[in-house]
Amino acid sequence: MSNPQQLRYSKEHEWLSGAEDGVSTVGITEHAANALGDVVFVQLPEVGDTVTAGETCGELESTKSVSDLYSPVSGEVTEVNEDVVSDPALVNSAPFEGGWLFKVRVAEEPADLLSADEYTAFSAG
Amino acid sequence: MSSPEPRLTALDALHRSLGATMTDFAGWDMPLRYGSERDEHNAVRTKAGLFDLSHMGEITVTGPQAAQLLNFALVGNIASVGVGRARYTMICQADGGILDDLIVYRLGETEFMVVANASNAQVVLDALTERAAGFDAEVRDDRDAYALIAVQGPESPGILASLTDADLDGLKYYAGLPGTVAGVPALIARTGYTGEDGFELFVKPEHAVELWQALTKAGEGVGLVPCGLSCRDTLRLEAGMPLYGHELSRELTPFDAGLGRVVKFEKDGDFVGREALQQAAERAAAAPPRVLVGLVAEGRRVPRAGYAVVAGGEVIGEVTSGAPSPTLGRPIAMAYVDAAHATPGTTGVGVDIRGSHEPYEVVALPFYKRQK
Repeated sequence: MSNPQQLRYSKEHEWLSGAEDGVSTVGITEHAANALGDVVFVQLPEVGDTVTAGETCGELESTKSVSDLYSPVSGEVTEVNEDVVSDPALVNSAPFEGGWLFKVRVAEEPADLLSADEYTAFSAG
Repeated sequence: MSSPEPRLTALDALHRSLGATMTDFAGWDMPLRYGSERDEHNAVRTKAGLFDLSHMGEITVTGPQAAQLLNFALVGNIASVGVGRARYTMICQADGGILDDLIVYRLGETEFMVVANASNAQVVLDALTERAAGFDAEVRDDRDAYALIAVQGPESPGILASLTDADLDGLKYYAGLPGTVAGVPALIARTGYTGEDGFELFVKPEHAVELWQALTKAGEGVGLVPCGLSCRDTLRLEAGMPLYGHELSRELTPFDAGLGRVVKFEKDGDFVGREALQQAAERAAAAPPRVLVGLVAEGRRVPRAGYAVVAGGEVIGEVTSGAPSPTLGRPIAMAYVDAAHATPGTTGVGVDIRGSHEPYEVVALPFYKRQK
């Protein structure tokens, strides 16, 4: 599996796109999706919610377990992916594309986000 | 504290070459899934699936008094099982608590194979050995003598028939016969833990890879896929089959678990737990403490083992197993609930899912029954 170079990554296995007009897209990595197995339910923050870097903002249920969703950055949620709410399998089939989770107007970014290469090394270890 | 090295089945290298996600299960490194567990589940319901179950614990009991020993040690009437047949049964403590649930195969007049759960195999072996005192019978640890491969699903009879001359049509559910499959000597049993027709093949470990590959090839054209323990769990849950450590435990008798039918008071002689189980039977008939029921979610959040079942703001039970059901398309659970809330159709029951009370419908088990 390869982690797209243009994204940055958190140690909780979320990815963050570069900002367009101050808004970035958030999802979970393929590594995380594979570890979860078939995702059957996603609970996302609501548009207008304030999320905080490193804090939980939703959850992902798979066959075997439930996992918290952490926000990689702080800011205000501007959009959530309704497609993934109705078809959670998108998280498994296209974690970096159609399986994105929400968009956030970034207020603050933690200093410890990883590059693709750093995340690849981190998730292999 | 370091855990001991996990035990590997004879098929370990094969699982890794298939890209399996492995998991620790009762000290064994076992395939959890190869790809999507939902696809594996659906393959078993509609086509066929191939499982490595070599972690199961085989114990052989032989000798002139083998049947009498098993009648004393287990709650079932094992002496009444015909040669070539199998029986689902349990082994209990003197206080009636369940030590394990078992399948016992009668291989001959004086030879039986007891198959225990991996997590309980040592406990069962020790109990049988201890209970064998005074009987002219031998209890043998055969855990390392067998690999166990299961082929389950509607296509499984056709797949197996292409590899054996054994009379599969004559092999009824819960029967087992020695035969040859793909040139390999095997005990062919028509048993399973999926709610589908299927077979379990007990073979020598050195034959496991050869047999797995032959089954894979024979199933190629009909949709057979390798399946991990994750889908085995959702398959058995849909079929309403109990799992030790979830629905069954030392704190429960078979009557508490709604499985009192496995206890045969009418058999000859004493057996371990008889007195306590008599009382448990009366208690369960007069005033059952809690009853095992099925729950089907109205929403999409998944109940997990240990979650509280609630009604009117009160805790009325506990979830023992829960998962998203691929067949129903909704989360399902088995749970012990107070008798007052156990009738199918009871309304106002919910599961406390991390602080939020999600509505659930009480249903009769099983959730799924195959069309014969």
